[in-house]
Amino acid sequence: MKRRDILLIGGILLVALVLFLFLQLGKQPGAEVIIRVDGQEQGRYSLSADGSYSLNSGTNLLRIENGKAYMEEANCPDHYCMRQGQISRTGETITCLPNKLTVTVSGGENFAEIVG
Amino acid sequence: MKVSKITSLGLFVALAMILSFIEHQIPPLVSVPGIKLGLPNVAIVFVLYGIGEKEAVAVSLVRLLLVSMLFGSMMSLMYGAAGAVLSLTVMILLKKSGKFSYVTVSVTGGVCHNIGQIAVACFVTKTSELLYYLPVLLISGTVAGVLIGLLAGIVIKRMEKQKKQ
Ligand SMILES: [Zn+2]
Repeated sequence: MKRRDILLIGGILLVALVLFLFLQLGKQPGAEVIIRVDGQEQGRYSLSADGSYSLNSGTNLLRIENGKAYMEEANCPDHYCMRQGQISRTGETITCLPNKLTVTVSGGENFAEIVG
Repeated sequence: MKVSKITSLGLFVALAMILSFIEHQIPPLVSVPGIKLGLPNVAIVFVLYGIGEKEAVAVSLVRLLLVSMLFGSMMSLMYGAAGAVLSLTVMILLKKSGKFSYVTVSVTGGVCHNIGQIAVACFVTKTSELLYYLPVLLISGTVAGVLIGLLAGIVIKRMEKQKKQ
């Protein structure tokens, strides 16, 4: 291990740390989740109301409870999306790759867009 | 190609596959399906330093194909390929520069492996929010890379001793 090595490894860790802080500071309690399939928005559900929602013509079942969203059922072979736990802060995402589906928490800042 | 070389390459493919299998049993580190620690990188670093660059590419490709055929899917092949190509390219370049130790080469290999995978995940789902996982992946890649590099160092020294005998 030379000085160069330590600089390079240290550099990678520093980038990770800065990025981490930057992303964490940007996180806030979310207002709703955005459902996207293949990058296309399919719908939004408020985090403030409990309920179960069938997504993407029934491939995935999303549950919202106590302001948190999680994947309750899925027809994908790996079921990784069901193991991804609960999300509630902006930017947090559940991904079901086989179904190309993502559930992302949003702050609801686009509310004006929908109303207006 | 000498028989002894073919035999040792076969052994490394087997080692890489065992490590892939072990990795497959560990629950995903972060909540992106298919993103892995990169344990098979141990075998690749061994081959890269113990035998050669071409051989490292060959072992990596054979492992990738066999693993996705045995317990993967098209998706894991895409992930694995993106990770492996990026990681191999950077490791070979850094090794050729002759300026860095194998620990650093292994670390950058691990980190690039993860960057390649997250890039594919962002591309497949067209969701840039997946970048949130990048810091975790950079750190886990670095930690795994240091451990793998140290381990590879011990084995490479033993291999060199054996060669001399
Ligand atoms: Zn799924």
